[in-house]
Amino acid sequence: MKLASRPERYTSYEADSALLNTPAKRLGVVVIVAVALLVPFVAEDDRVAILSDAFVFAIAAIGLNLVTGYAGQVSLGHAFFFGLGAFTAAVLGGEPGGRTIGYGLDMVIWLPAAGLVAAAAGLLVSPAAVRLRGLYLAIVTLGLVFLGEHLFREAKPITGGVGVGRPAATPKLLGYRFDQPGLFGLDLSGTQKTYLLMLVFLILAAILGRNVARSAVGRAFAAVRDRDIAAAVIGVNLARQKALAFTVSSFFAGLAGALLYVRTPFIEPSAFNLGLSVQFIAMILIGGAATISGSIMGALFITSLSRFTQDLTTGLPALGKALTLGGFFSIEAVQTVLYGVLIVVFLIFEPRGLYGLWLRFRNYFKSWPFSY
Amino acid sequence: MTKLFQLLVEGLGQASTYALVAVGFVIIYKSMRVVSFAQPGLMVVGASFVVFLATEVGLSFYLAVPLAMVLTAGVGLLVERTTLRPMVGKPVFVVAIITLGVDVVLRQIVNRYVGLNLRPIGDPWGLDGFSLGGAQVQVRHLVMMTVTSAVVTGLFVFFKRSRTGLAMRAAAADQETALAQGVSVGRVFAISWAMAGALAALAGVFVGTGGGVDQQTWTVALKALPVIIVGGLDSIGGAVIGAVIVGLVESLVGGYQADLFPFLGQNFNLVSPYVIMVVILLVRPYGLFGTARVERV
Repeated sequence: MKLASRPERYTSYEADSALLNTPAKRLGVVVIVAVALLVPFVAEDDRVAILSDAFVFAIAAIGLNLVTGYAGQVSLGHAFFFGLGAFTAAVLGGEPGGRTIGYGLDMVIWLPAAGLVAAAAGLLVSPAAVRLRGLYLAIVTLGLVFLGEHLFREAKPITGGVGVGRPAATPKLLGYRFDQPGLFGLDLSGTQKTYLLMLVFLILAAILGRNVARSAVGRAFAAVRDRDIAAAVIGVNLARQKALAFTVSSFFAGLAGALLYVRTPFIEPSAFNLGLSVQFIAMILIGGAATISGSIMGALFITSLSRFTQDLTTGLPALGKALTLGGFFSIEAVQTVLYGVLIVVFLIFEPRGLYGLWLRFRNYFKSWPFSY
Repeated sequence: MTKLFQLLVEGLGQASTYALVAVGFVIIYKSMRVVSFAQPGLMVVGASFVVFLATEVGLSFYLAVPLAMVLTAGVGLLVERTTLRPMVGKPVFVVAIITLGVDVVLRQIVNRYVGLNLRPIGDPWGLDGFSLGGAQVQVRHLVMMTVTSAVVTGLFVFFKRSRTGLAMRAAAADQETALAQGVSVGRVFAISWAMAGALAALAGVFVGTGGGVDQQTWTVALKALPVIIVGGLDSIGGAVIGAVIVGLVESLVGGYQADLFPFLGQNFNLVSPYVIMVVILLVRPYGLFGTARVERV
């Protein structure tokens, strides 16, 4: 029986390992989802667009967290799988008869296909993780990004080539278009509809990611991360778990890649570069490695950073002048420098990331008045 | 034949640049067990110092280069003291990402200085070349090769003969025992970063000769990553040999790939270092000369 004053007294395994195992969590999730549903009706379209992109990056960040945070396999190649998903979707869902290949299929086909193609690529890359460790694996996955860039540059019928690009997949789900305004009589713009679609996908991806993490697979991942030889001794099949980690994370990356271009329907192949991979790594490190909510927080933080600094410098011009050293640096340079500095500061002072900050905040109030 | 000779010379010239950046990577790795992704940033910082000193301040090029090396060593030292000292003992991956953050910051500052145009570095030989038995040999490649050989030999002598070199080797082998023997490991860290900065500056000068420095120059240093993987992360000799392999392969592929394997696309030579890296790692997962880590439970 449940005691209201003892929310963490669990009387069954199911209750303990449940997704939302305390009343506070349940309430929190309801509140957050309600706020997220209301945002497009109160905020301007450009902010809604930024949040929509942030949700898509959060899906990719969840995937990266599964392979790097939970399974401990450093992957700097996430941008490659992201791009692979984007181009698969563009080929399957794009307008036929243009300069580039397109088949004009529905989202029901191109979205899973994007995930599956990226997952297959992840599966092909996973033997490297079995053979290599640590920094060697990181640099090999970095090489994957460069190979991918070369591939995207050269495969002009698919990607259009550098500097030219190609149109993305048309976002129609079972015939219903997401880029055109209108929804059952409510006057929603395309951006708002896209935002709601991305919110739904993010919730699904988060549940999926969290379920992977709290299942036996997730426990095997953590064993591989912490002491892989000991894990092998107790019967965790390392090759299989690493392959599974890469496959699942690449699936998420492929889905996210396909979804990002629902809002801006034009893909340029040089976007999937080292900088994008580093951005994903920054999202999970700043958000919190090995946590799903951390991936979401990190993605929201990093994606809104550029807009945030813009608002900050226009809202507080004195601060803007100070940051740009009196106009010596452009605002984009300041954003990039801030991004680099934030990575360094978070890793030095709060290695558990934004999720760690949340934990400190929550534990302070949980243990009040014994917060010391 | 002349084409082959020309490609070999160009390849060795490129290899010199890679060797300098790679040796810097390896020196830091040997002391701190961290791959410092800040080397590209230090390289362009060094190149910018030379651009500033040689073209704006008006110093002679031969004076600007050592001065820039000293200044970049100072920058490396500053980076190490402020961002890496607090991270001693933290997981290696985290420190590597910190160096990535530092690299981002350094490159932004350099980009602001360099601007949108190609900035000449003030070298006295430019793109001069001469004909050697029918093949065109560029002076800058010969200069790169001789200077790099001298620097690498100097480093070997330093590590083998001097007390500081001995201290660094001891710290690289086993930090605790070195501490017990009186080696100041903190000083070893500082010296490693200073040396890596100076080497990166010299590499930046080489990249800038003949053309100039612009906002894309830093990508050359990224190709030193396959070099250190091929050679082995903790072997300086391996870094040099890896640089020669990667430089030659890149040059030969660039020269012959269009005729022999056109389906691989244009500029395949830019990704050939990574292909070589993957091939060698399949056979030797710790690189050609890297020491295999004994994994224990």
